Amino acid sequence: MSDKHATSVAFVRTEPVPPSPPPFTTSGPVKWAKDNLFSTPAYSVLTLAAAYVIYLILSSTMPWILNGVWSTSSLAECREVLNGVSGGCFSVLTERWNQLLFGFTYPVELYWRPMLAFVLLFVAAAPVMFFTLPRQLLLFTALFPFLAYYLIWGGTILTPLLALAGFLVGYVVYSRFVTGSFAMGFFGGVAAAIVVWFLGGFLIPENANDTAMLQAVPSRDLGGFMLNMMLGVACVSLSLPLGIALALGRQSDMPLIKWICVVFIEFIRGVPLITLLFVASVMLAYFFPPESSVDLFLRVVIMITVFSAAYIAEVIRGGLAALPRGQYEAADSLGLDYAQAMRLIILPQALKISIPGIVNVAVGLFKDTTLVSVISMFDLVGMIRGPILASTEWSGVYWELFGFAALLFFVVCYGISQYSQWLERQLATDHR
Amino acid sequence: MTTMTDPPQGAFRLSMLFNDTRYRSYTFQFIALIALIAAFSYLGSNLFSNLAAAGLNISYNFLGTTAGYDINQTLVEYDSQSTNARAALVGILNTLLVAFLACATATVFGVIAGVLRLSKNWLVSRLMSFYVEIFRNIPVLIWILIIFTIMTAVMPGARSYLGAEPDRDLLFGMFAFTNRGVYAPAPIWLPGSGVVVATFIASIIAIVVYRRYATKVLYDTGKMLPTGWPSLAILLLPTLVVFFLMGRPIGLDMPDPLANRFNLQGGIQIGAPLIALWFALSIYTGAFIAENVRAGIQAISKGQTEAAGALGLRSGRIMSLVVLPQALRVIIPPLISQYLNITKNSSLAIAVGYADVTATLGGITLNQTGRAIECVLLLMLFYLTISLSISAIMNIYNNSVKLKER
Repeated sequence: MSDKHATSVAFVRTEPVPPSPPPFTTSGPVKWAKDNLFSTPAYSVLTLAAAYVIYLILSSTMPWILNGVWSTSSLAECREVLNGVSGGCFSVLTERWNQLLFGFTYPVELYWRPMLAFVLLFVAAAPVMFFTLPRQLLLFTALFPFLAYYLIWGGTILTPLLALAGFLVGYVVYSRFVTGSFAMGFFGGVAAAIVVWFLGGFLIPENANDTAMLQAVPSRDLGGFMLNMMLGVACVSLSLPLGIALALGRQSDMPLIKWICVVFIEFIRGVPLITLLFVASVMLAYFFPPESSVDLFLRVVIMITVFSAAYIAEVIRGGLAALPRGQYEAADSLGLDYAQAMRLIILPQALKISIPGIVNVAVGLFKDTTLVSVISMFDLVGMIRGPILASTEWSGVYWELFGFAALLFFVVCYGISQYSQWLERQLATDHR
Repeated sequence: MTTMTDPPQGAFRLSMLFNDTRYRSYTFQFIALIALIAAFSYLGSNLFSNLAAAGLNISYNFLGTTAGYDINQTLVEYDSQSTNARAALVGILNTLLVAFLACATATVFGVIAGVLRLSKNWLVSRLMSFYVEIFRNIPVLIWILIIFTIMTAVMPGARSYLGAEPDRDLLFGMFAFTNRGVYAPAPIWLPGSGVVVATFIASIIAIVVYRRYATKVLYDTGKMLPTGWPSLAILLLPTLVVFFLMGRPIGLDMPDPLANRFNLQGGIQIGAPLIALWFALSIYTGAFIAENVRAGIQAISKGQTEAAGALGLRSGRIMSLVVLPQALRVIIPPLISQYLNITKNSSLAIAVGYADVTATLGGITLNQTGRAIECVLLLMLFYLTISLSISAIMNIYNNSVKLKER
């Protein structure tokens, strides 16, 4: 049968026919567009509408950006150069960049100091943000606050050194006593640090700032985006420990402690930040001793820290509540006391769960630092609304300035939220 | 039989206060109480010595004195001879007004953007992510200022709408967008209008009753009554009939370009600050709500959608009958906290000069009377009341939608 078949057919292909490429409409960009843009008539309408919106946005902004003028010294000159063509007067940025970034009274020749502090901020933040970096770098992170203070405010080096000495002594006392009991170590450390600061206060001469190596800059000269960054970084890092303490206090079995924490958290979360800033600017001075004068920057830092601590406490409380009960019981059954259980078992897990929430609070807080412009501090928004738009050269340059401010905040906030998403993926230990 | 007893109770020693778990919590609480009292008395004594040094006292009498300043946008009667308390009331109502308006529009923006962001249409979902990221990552204060600038610096002056041959025509003959705000028609209530409104409310109730009845018929007999066009008919017909029977008691007061040489007259004027605040809070918070809506919809497992599809439901019904009821349970709590955020963020009104409670009580009144402590305390009390009542409502809601498990 097969023989006959083999002989009866004149030609049999020995190799398969190569597959022909799929039709043009079922592969490549056409198919993609068909699936993702024009799958149904309704989607096609939506796509066209979206494309029109994008066209509107681009057609109005692109010429404005591309025709931008970067090198004039006032709005009138800029309008002359543009000669009726649509275009942005970005020369306000090239001329006033220093005011936008540093405020209008920070000495020009000292700009390198906050710049350096800003660069070092990344070095200090790196080991906290990326766990694969060598742990020794954390030492620099611990030193950074003192270094940054010295760089930005200048003055005598004794002040940051004394602060550092207080922390060192406190840490030594803490590690000496913490083996006995955490509470004893902690309170002993705090007491030792306070003693050092109090005694050291007498050692710093009155006029130390006049002969200092770095020229002293008073807080009221700080401004611009630098002020937003400083408030953001300082308040987030200060509010984290306070927030953890508040969250633990709210979970405590001791009714008085719990009650204090609940009232504090709910009160702070119930009022807008502006009212707290009002407290800082007009009310807080009444609560300090009559002879002391705490400067506005410090008062604002206190209030913003308190504000974000309440929000962070709620986020961490969520993390604590999300931990299975078994974790608490397991810690108890190992014979760990409260402080050990929290430090070794509960908080590492609870904080990990809370990271996205904490980052959200941090981003929100950073955006909220613009509110200080309402109590007449000259941060980025305050600089734009106050000195720059009020100046004769640049009154009326709204879009370039607001666009610049928006861009700066967008870059920072979007960067932080992208980092948080990356971190979440890194820390995910469940199997998905 | 057992001879086990408690371990012998030794005499109370002082060290037990720190080492014995039975007493330790009392020790800590006692220390905390002492510290609290010490802190408060320290702050209090500072306060009183500072006040005495400045020759001030704590008194709320300023609320009863004449405010002496004008407010351009008021919901209740107010003039510069009114009291400070009246000014604060105007501020409170203005805060509630802008918060209410912004909550409503932010929800609309947020739901649309959140649903569209999940769209299979690539371009639309990208556009919505762009919207969400842009607005979430830029401070709301900057948005308020940008929109306020659009309202005041870009919009034409009222003059260009005036005269017999104006440069610009009113939009639909009703709306004028000027740098002083938006002019819109205002309803005029003539005698008899109450009946029309009552009829309208009654028809809304009738629609609810009819829909319940339709559901009952569906469950009892399996017959589906139409709900779309009957609802529309019940909503419109009786009201229209009564409206014409009563001789058109509700009219519209249009902005009139001819009445005055300097400004538009008639209609209601919605000031530029209110528009800026309203719109900025709406789009800013809308971006957050969009994320909540997206998270809520994505939290419903795909199996639910597939099961509904297997039962033969169409995609619209899957959304309305299966996905949304479950997603709402996830969406509502963060949505309400966004409403709270809107209320608190409305205090930014002070940046654009909208007379909310922060601007009246915490701004002008505070500066004129110098009663910083009293004003800020009252201000906090107001916001605290709002926040606590909204979270109380949220708790009630959460309890009512909690999964009823066996």
